Amino acid sequence: MSGHHHHDDHDHDHEGSELSEVALRVRTLESLLTEKGYVDPAALDALVEVYETKIGPRNGARVVARAWTDPAYRDWLRRDATAAIADMGYSGMGGAHMVALENGPGVHNMVVCTLCSCYPWPVLGLPPVWYKSAPYRSRAVIDPRGVLAEFGVTLPPDTAIRVWDSTAEMRYLVIPERPEGTEGWDAERLAGLVTRDSMIGTSLALSPDAAR
Amino acid sequence: MSRPEAEALAALPEIPCGAEGPVFAEPWQAQAFALAVALQQRGVFTWNEWADRLGAEIRRAQAAGDPDRGDTYYHHWLKALEGVIVERGLFSAADLAERHDAWDRAARATPHGEPIVLGRDQG
Repeated sequence: MSGHHHHDDHDHDHEGSELSEVALRVRTLESLLTEKGYVDPAALDALVEVYETKIGPRNGARVVARAWTDPAYRDWLRRDATAAIADMGYSGMGGAHMVALENGPGVHNMVVCTLCSCYPWPVLGLPPVWYKSAPYRSRAVIDPRGVLAEFGVTLPPDTAIRVWDSTAEMRYLVIPERPEGTEGWDAERLAGLVTRDSMIGTSLALSPDAAR
Repeated sequence: MSRPEAEALAALPEIPCGAEGPVFAEPWQAQAFALAVALQQRGVFTWNEWADRLGAEIRRAQAAGDPDRGDTYYHHWLKALEGVIVERGLFSAADLAERHDAWDRAARATPHGEPIVLGRDQG
């Protein structure tokens, strides 16, 4: 992350490197915390690797697809989403509870974090930029229908939209409605219809046609 | 929508729906993220405390004029991280400033393409 060549006030024979201000601040923290044994650089690298490559919305899609195909699992998800999701191997959010929000006829759920950007990392990975943006955080609560329209979703006027404000201790996963025309599909195939946004509630699961 | 927010709402910029990009836009964001996760795992703070602090940093930045469209998120994250580290007494603000300057000097004393290591400037 070295910077650009720099024509400033220092007088070395060679051009030195330059770290951006934020890079300097992060190096500062990492080096001090490592020296005092608060963090282990190898563990940090492993964390980054996991979040960049292993944890993402495919996890959540598998949870949703299982709920669509396995009524007992769906019940478990309703009763204790934290445990039901951990059963798929997705956990590790120090103390946070997961809650599954089921969409159904006449009910649509949508998730926001008005405070910052609390998000169900184990099932969705890290949040998209728009989820962290002030316009979404403020408008999702005030005007959910307008926000949905911006995402290209129009719901029947009599569908109730429930907006859920996440906290550090309570994180939500929307279970979108299973699309029509998917009778007989197995969980793996169904998971392909479950988009990240459909599990935040700013979209619906894909129709079999759209997925083709 | 008859509430007074409606007018304020109309003035809000659109949600950057399409903006996707990689999980982390730059390496420092990944490092800052991982540091917070690691400190939480060690019990330096809880996620609840973290959310409060991060939320406060975001509000402070907004008050200072940040349009806060999601792309400055990790700047807030880093600020919150520095704040909690100092507040919990892991290091003082002076410790951080001193180390920051040491890294800056080391970087400037390092030719392009070589790894930057602390103390480089003291050759």
